[in-house]
Amino acid sequence: MRYLTDRKRAAGMGSAKTGTAHFWAMKVSSAALLVLVPIFVFTFGPMLGEPHSEVTAYFARPFPALVAALTVVVSFTHFKDGVQVLIEDYIHGTMQKVLIVAMICLSYVAAATGVFAIARLAL
Amino acid sequence: MADVNRGNRPLSPHLSIYRPQLTSMTSILTRITGNALLISALLVVWWLLAASTSAEYFALADSALTSIFGKLVMLLSLWGLWYHSLAGLRHLIWDNGIGLGIQTAEKLGWAVIVGSFVLTILTVAIV
Repeated sequence: MRYLTDRKRAAGMGSAKTGTAHFWAMKVSSAALLVLVPIFVFTFGPMLGEPHSEVTAYFARPFPALVAALTVVVSFTHFKDGVQVLIEDYIHGTMQKVLIVAMICLSYVAAATGVFAIARLAL
Repeated sequence: MADVNRGNRPLSPHLSIYRPQLTSMTSILTRITGNALLISALLVVWWLLAASTSAEYFALADSALTSIFGKLVMLLSLWGLWYHSLAGLRHLIWDNGIGLGIQTAEKLGWAVIVGSFVLTILTVAIV
């Protein structure tokens, strides 16, 4: 029996205080993706296997370009948050932190690359 | 709070002794599809980058994605995307405290599974 008060025993053992922010961010991005993903599937899909000139002309139009750019950005935002939970559940210690940072950075790189590519196609 | 024994109690979830349930299987599949879609997303970004670079590079990326293997990956991605979208919609519903009863949750699970295949077939037919 240690001389600890119940308050002292519980202190620091609770939430990380950021859970709702992460939860809410995933709700917002999933709601956005519910709208974006079907539009993206039906604007991006038909371009697979089309000639290069057709593809560049298509993504020079505002709607397909905006849908593609938004889908890339919001998808990787959503992925960054989702994969963090996956890593937190199965991997612990330093490797957990390293992997979370690595996956977030990968998400940033992929989103930036996608936006850059779409901007170059569109402009 | 008394000094309780935290050492030898069984831990939940007891994955090794559970009979697989529709609810748990559809749940883990949500995670698997969501994270596996990274591959699909990176392929799409690569395809866009190639299209913005040159006709030659685009031909390479486009032939990779439309090869037999590429088509298989894209088809699986499409199913994964629809599955994850429907399962995500189910989570958005659950988050309001609605549909959490076992019967309703299982019905929603079947809706997600069947819906994902129907949407995949419809998309392939249209696109």
